[in-house]
Amino acid sequence: MPNEAWAWLLEKKVPSQWGAGRPIIDEVLSRLQHHQWDSHDVFGVHLALEEAIGNAIRHGNRLDANKQVHVVCKVSVQRIFIEITDEGPGFNPETVPDPTADERLDCPGGRGIMLMRNYMSRVEYNATGNTVVMEKERTKPK
Amino acid sequence: MVVHRRMQVSEVGDVSVVRFVDRKILDEANIQELGQELFQLAEDDNRKKLLLNFVSVEFLSSAALGKLITLDKKVKARGGRLKLSNIRPEIYEVFAITKLNKLFDIKDDEADALAAF
Repeated sequence: MPNEAWAWLLEKKVPSQWGAGRPIIDEVLSRLQHHQWDSHDVFGVHLALEEAIGNAIRHGNRLDANKQVHVVCKVSVQRIFIEITDEGPGFNPETVPDPTADERLDCPGGRGIMLMRNYMSRVEYNATGNTVVMEKERTKPK
Repeated sequence: MVVHRRMQVSEVGDVSVVRFVDRKILDEANIQELGQELFQLAEDDNRKKLLLNFVSVEFLSSAALGKLITLDKKVKARGGRLKLSNIRPEIYEVFAITKLNKLFDIKDDEADALAAF
């Protein structure tokens, strides 16, 4: 990660309950809009955050309200860095099947990671699989 | 009389047209409630033609997509038809990325969708 002049940093832990991440997401999006990020970029970061925090709550911590989701977010004029950690046992993201395969198209789930990878510049899991790092560089104006 | 909290339903001929109350379909509790309301609509014997009009929807997560997929299965299982319309470009992009534009019958606007039933 290049030496970045981060304009804003956030580090919070939230319980594994639906909606617990909402204030964080709203705050992050507000910071991007403050720096006049393109609406498509903001949409993409929003979706990636919803999916990643949702995965941590549902799959990582199995909706155990006693388990926390740790969120770190850094925003600069040009870039956003997000790190989300759950207290679960982890998983291997390589084993998640391709949701766009014909035989999986009508499966209700399994699209979150794919959407994260599509909208963010970088998505990486740690070896355990309970921490995901996402980064995005803002789209340059045309 | 059924009361819907997450959607508004109107009838255009024999087509039930659904519009969503929430501009951003992302809260898990709301998605669960929306899913239940949509599934109830599909399981009403008189509603074989369903049109979901997304004109007011600015955001939806993959959990909402999951409910739409389940709805599509329920409608088809009962010999019905489901169409989607008025999906703004950023939302349509999510359907395209996930290839769900191949699963769903998506029309540009409500008039086109109604004509296609």
